[in-house]
Amino acid sequence: MIYTLCIILFLLGLYGVLVKRNIIKIIISLAMMNNAVNLFLILLAYRSNGVAPILDPGMDPSILLETSVDPLPQALVLTSVVIGLGVTALMVALAIRLYHAYGTFDITKIRKLKG
Amino acid sequence: MGLLPAFVAIPLLTALVLNIVEQKSWYTHILALSSSIFLAVLSFFTPQTHGIYYVGGFGPHIGINMMIDPLNRLILIVVQVIVMLACWYSVGYMEHYTSKSRFYAFVFLMLAGMNGIILTADFFNFYVFMEIATLASYVLVSYGGRSYELEASFKYMILGSISSLFMLLGIALIYSQTAALNMMVAAERIDPAHPVTFLIIVLFLAGLGLKSAIFPFHSWLPDAHSSAPAPISAILSGVLIKAVGIYVMLRFVFNFIGSENAPLTMLAWLGVIGAFVGVVLALGQKDLKRLLACSSVSQVGYIFIGIGLGTPLGLAGALLHLISHSASKSLLFFSAGSIEYSANERNITLLGGLKKLMPWTHLGNFIGFSAIGGIPPLSGFWSKLLILLACVSAGQWLIGLLAALFAIMTLSLLPKIEKNVFTGDIPEHLKKTKESPSSMIIPMIVLSFFCLGIGLIYLVPSWNQNILTSAVEVLMDGRWLGAINNVP
Repeated sequence: MIYTLCIILFLLGLYGVLVKRNIIKIIISLAMMNNAVNLFLILLAYRSNGVAPILDPGMDPSILLETSVDPLPQALVLTSVVIGLGVTALMVALAIRLYHAYGTFDITKIRKLKG
Repeated sequence: MGLLPAFVAIPLLTALVLNIVEQKSWYTHILALSSSIFLAVLSFFTPQTHGIYYVGGFGPHIGINMMIDPLNRLILIVVQVIVMLACWYSVGYMEHYTSKSRFYAFVFLMLAGMNGIILTADFFNFYVFMEIATLASYVLVSYGGRSYELEASFKYMILGSISSLFMLLGIALIYSQTAALNMMVAAERIDPAHPVTFLIIVLFLAGLGLKSAIFPFHSWLPDAHSSAPAPISAILSGVLIKAVGIYVMLRFVFNFIGSENAPLTMLAWLGVIGAFVGVVLALGQKDLKRLLACSSVSQVGYIFIGIGLGTPLGLAGALLHLISHSASKSLLFFSAGSIEYSANERNITLLGGLKKLMPWTHLGNFIGFSAIGGIPPLSGFWSKLLILLACVSAGQWLIGLLAALFAIMTLSLLPKIEKNVFTGDIPEHLKKTKESPSSMIIPMIVLSFFCLGIGLIYLVPSWNQNILTSAVEVLMDGRWLGAINNVP
């Protein structure tokens, strides 16, 4: 069920990118898609009442295996967040340059290229 | 196998050093050129058999692996050679632009990303390298800073980011299904009958289709590839769409999910439609670089026809066409850039009579269009012939017939350009046009020889065995990247 919510968030972001005309709203929608995927990765590792995946002295490894959360997706999400930041920053920078060049944020009015 | 990380480390290091050195110094050109030549030479010394490198010494189930086999060795060499020639060409071409060290730094970031994509055997690592390569390419498309370049870059960036996110979601689903990110381990564990696997296939085909500009996803390519500076157009059209899109598509379809589970017939038909749409768009263009970019859509369609057939002959044709298109389209973008550099004009209706003023550029352009159109001794003829033969031997007569028809339409681009750009009267504003500097001419001559010689890869039996057949065997091995068992 909760996975479905992630997919719905992803599709809402996709809808925003395809339908919205304002560049800033498109950038926000893309960030939303990125966050939906990050959330999905985190949920893959989730385990209710899970413990940190660290083997303390005197702890039984088999109990750790059964109760610990999966640390790998968390590392992936950290990387993915940083990449998302880079992409968003570059997009916003381009949006500022586009506003200087065309005087508008409306994607339907930014049309010098065609065919 | 210690050689493999060097293909990522050296470009990254070069990009770093280029950002530190002073702007506008001759040192920039020397550093970029020597680094790219070194990488190109190094790529020929990679092992010809399977090889694997464990990053950090961790095994395949834990750490990141880099892997080489005849297939990605072939792509690796093509990428290094084209990027080297583009760096060489930039020495002359980039005179009109400022901050050359930044330009080269982004080229080398893109190269590091492409090499990483080609060599890695880990899904998340692939995503990271893909973002490095495509982010650098977004910046390079908008490098001139004019309004239409910014617009093209933004369009490209939106679609590129969507496709990357599709693939990231696909990678998350693969991890949820197999608990592995290593491509070889995940390929063994994945269950093709599971409904989630179907979702993974859809997400990856959509994402990779967007990156490689197959038919319904082609709209960004003419904008992005025609707006970039000419050496960047050559890299984007020549190698980036192949490394990010087509190579990964080949790996995913044949080595990861298995060709029997992929919609291969659909890919072949999308390739046919793409070949048609691209060439029709190209015939209607007046802007020279936009015409070339549209023709790239058409040629990518041919590669997908070969992939979609799924037979060894079809795959050999697709790989040969991939190499052939890399050489000929880079050559064409170089010559278009040379015209733009000297005549300061890209609209073909305003050009004319350049044959006498720019003989070398004319020669390069002529050979490039002949190679793409498929005139016999040149590269495009052999690759298209191989694809047609594969269509006939696979019993797909209709696809073969249509592909032959569109090849003739592609050939009609040659007289169109000859008539409008190189023959006829010289317009008044072009009277003082001179030939471009030799640093732009020599890469074009080198690529012309490649266009002449690439047919030999198919014709000489030992080369065919070592280069084409062994690469196709890697793909035909099926759902299984054999490297893990072959290497101690």
